Amino acid sequence: MSATGIGAAVRRREDRRFITGKGHYTDDVSRPGQSHAYFLRSPHAHARIREIDTAAAAAMPGVLAVLTGAELAADKIGHLICGWMITSKDGSQMKMAPHPALAHGKANHVGDAVAVVVAETPAQAKDAAEKVKVDYEVLPAVTDPAKAQAAPQIHEVAPRNTIYQWHIGDAKAVEAALRSASHVTRLALVNNRLVPNAIEPRAAIGEYDAGTGGFTLWNTTQNPHVARLVISAFVGVAPEHKLRVIAPDVGGGFGSKIFIYPEEVVCLWASRRVDRPVKWVAERSEAFLADAHGRDHVTRAEMAFDAEGKVTGLKVKTIANLGAYMSTFSSSVPTYLYGTLLSGQYEIPAIHCEVDAVYTNTVPVDAYRGAGRPEATFVVERLIEVGAREMGIDPADLRRKNFIRKFPHQTPVIMNYDAGDYHASLKKALEIADYPGFGKRKRESARRGRLRGLGLSTYIEACGIAPSQAVGSLGCGVGLWESAEVRVNPTGSVEVLTGCHQHGQGHETTFAQVVCERLGIPLEHVSVVHGDTDKVQFGMGTYGSRSGAVGISAIVKALDKVEAKAKKVAAHMLEAAEGDIVFKDGKFTVAGTDKSAAWGEVALNAYTAHKFAGQELEPGLKEGAFYDPTNFTFPAGCHICEVEVDPQTGESEIVAWTAVDDFGTVINPMIVEGQVHGGIAQGVGQALLEGAVYDQDGQLVTGSLMDYCIPRAHDLPTLKVDMTTTKSPSNPLGIKGCGEAGAIAAPVAVINAITDAIGTEDLAMPATAQAVWQALQKTQNRQKAA
Amino acid sequence: MTAVAMTVNGKAVTGDVDPRTLLVQFLRENLRLTGTHVGCDTSQCGACVVHIDGKAVKACTVFAWQVEGADITTIEGLADPNGPLHPMQEAFREHHGLQCGYCTPGMIMTAIDMVNRKGHDLDDPTIRHELEGNLCRCTGYHNIVKAIAAGAKAMAKGHAHHAA
Repeated sequence: MSATGIGAAVRRREDRRFITGKGHYTDDVSRPGQSHAYFLRSPHAHARIREIDTAAAAAMPGVLAVLTGAELAADKIGHLICGWMITSKDGSQMKMAPHPALAHGKANHVGDAVAVVVAETPAQAKDAAEKVKVDYEVLPAVTDPAKAQAAPQIHEVAPRNTIYQWHIGDAKAVEAALRSASHVTRLALVNNRLVPNAIEPRAAIGEYDAGTGGFTLWNTTQNPHVARLVISAFVGVAPEHKLRVIAPDVGGGFGSKIFIYPEEVVCLWASRRVDRPVKWVAERSEAFLADAHGRDHVTRAEMAFDAEGKVTGLKVKTIANLGAYMSTFSSSVPTYLYGTLLSGQYEIPAIHCEVDAVYTNTVPVDAYRGAGRPEATFVVERLIEVGAREMGIDPADLRRKNFIRKFPHQTPVIMNYDAGDYHASLKKALEIADYPGFGKRKRESARRGRLRGLGLSTYIEACGIAPSQAVGSLGCGVGLWESAEVRVNPTGSVEVLTGCHQHGQGHETTFAQVVCERLGIPLEHVSVVHGDTDKVQFGMGTYGSRSGAVGISAIVKALDKVEAKAKKVAAHMLEAAEGDIVFKDGKFTVAGTDKSAAWGEVALNAYTAHKFAGQELEPGLKEGAFYDPTNFTFPAGCHICEVEVDPQTGESEIVAWTAVDDFGTVINPMIVEGQVHGGIAQGVGQALLEGAVYDQDGQLVTGSLMDYCIPRAHDLPTLKVDMTTTKSPSNPLGIKGCGEAGAIAAPVAVINAITDAIGTEDLAMPATAQAVWQALQKTQNRQKAA
Repeated sequence: MTAVAMTVNGKAVTGDVDPRTLLVQFLRENLRLTGTHVGCDTSQCGACVVHIDGKAVKACTVFAWQVEGADITTIEGLADPNGPLHPMQEAFREHHGLQCGYCTPGMIMTAIDMVNRKGHDLDDPTIRHELEGNLCRCTGYHNIVKAIAAGAKAMAKGHAHHAA
């Protein structure tokens, strides 16, 4: 391993600009003549819009335009769409309701944008918005997914507010397993609604050039090309070849910046109307009402065990809240990213999962770090843990007894796991966490009046999203390959263009490491280009832990082509047969001779083209590749959380955390560990602190960082992070992906630990001090009554 | 409009601003010092922390006119653009104390203030407690805590001039 190649903990090259304040985020961009947009949002969860009077607002100082859904419709701007078609079990297609970028006729959630004011300054736009008069007829609203199907209908296309009724697996086989089981564990679970809260709020600048008819959009997006495609092909604001989307430095995404949102559409559209660049930057409280939320499942699940503790069947029934509109990939989250992962790390012969997706008068729900897989892991790992406790079996033993041992393994829910060693990660995690010493630590805690608990989570995820043919057969509207282009300059330096996008992942470092390893050139000679549709031809962006497994694989494929071409050039230079050229450590040699040419000399010769005629070999050294994966990848591992609960207050403190993950080949262990830390923090947030709460009128009670608690430094412990490795056989470097693991593994580890400490399974997330204290009172009362 | 004058990163600056202009807006919009970020609207996140007369303050909580005559240091003022980094900046890089980078300027300004108040030997609980007013959504704080502990020690060696 070289100091900068694959496996080296290279310090990040992007850091200098961030630690010196020279980052370049969307809000840092200031266009000549730019104006500012402010969105007026519905204060009601569900209301008919009788009339909007914009006259007073339009007369306010500095106002350039006040636009509503009526103008949007008049300009024939299309609706936002959901790009994954789900088919219900009765064969009908999902019920996608119209989603105009500005509400037209009806507002369907608090925060639904009903008008936009464009003015010279942000303050003028905001002041003027107060003068917009909207006559609302308030309608009854529903926010609870469990009540949605009996509530007044929100969209004409969706009776009983039901978007689809999907299922997967074999219902009959599962019923038979439940009938013949020696033990059945039954749980009712809620996966709490989360607000992603990347620290950089979303922002957009739309700019129209009347001279060329071209549009430019600076946007906080994880996938600029997908944004361009949707905005051109479906919304129709600008033709694809006349729309440039730039995603500069983006301050965190976690899924929430995948989606195509109304505000960016409106900024583009309005920029043509006012013939000025139009900039919008979300306020944090606005983000709570306008960024897609995550999770929000209500589930009943049953796991059947035989007399030996082997799992014989799993039945899951989930209601998934998709909010007021179907966001870009919302339909896939509670179906193909959830039901297909319900086998966990276990050999389960029969699984059946039914999912009803519903509309409610809430902010749309879509993928948030993990997306479906944390929800699946929560179901499976709660059931196995509670099953072990009910049957009096050590939870680690019960897991071992049921682990999949042979690969490839076909689960009953589509996925074909290609590699893994679940025993190895469990074993290592138990050693690091000193599992045998837990009893002693528990007694020691008890002496201090604390209840100590330990929770396991042996999770699996499907990453490296995704083989295009497979997802296409399941309803996905796009292919999920990735592209790369490797441009070698005459001086031998290299630019790598990728369709992935970094918003914290450190691609400018890791992608360059792969190039250094392959070409034997210094890291300083490689730059990574991303996030601009005028530079990178096409790409699918970054989410689903795909940048390594899919994005780097595309780079490897392009490097293969570069090397092949460079060998041809070297053969001409060295007057040897192409087949005799060996490329190693940045040097081309003729096998069996001392004749050689350095990388830089070959690069220069490719461009001077003095040693070969254009008829036999094209000048230049630049190759592109599209890589489509052959399978998902299956990162897996074991997280162990140890908590101490204060029975007087219900407060839980995480006193130890062990993570042992199998991510396949690791390019940069420092960055991978950082991804694990961050994922765990978000998972701990879900388990202990975070939860979006709506009141019965549909007001978001947790609408700011004053009311919605994201983890602070003192909420988290020092984390012990380690790894085991089985390489993915499904891509050239054996990478599995690491971005989501922590968020998938963590919530259930925390809840398993707290329930172990307090002796009751009846505990919902977030397990705040109040929730834990109340759960404890119930157990103490139960004990007293007994 | 209100006239304001202050020193920012050692340079005298003036401006004519709407009285409701926050210091962070003045820095970002008028002076184009965009390293100081805005991550919330309730003074929770700390992405906008700068030093006012040597003390860490959230620049979203003060109006520009309130710091008339004050000495302001922003992230851009910690090190010469072409010179060595401030030890705390270097520690964040060395210990991978940042991912997306958005909270980072505020974290670094808070960290330096922490060292100025608490000294160079900072233990884990102290650092975590002192970070109450700074939110990071990427790192889980693990490496930020490591970076601040190391940066504090490096500042003691004084191999760069420290921000006041």
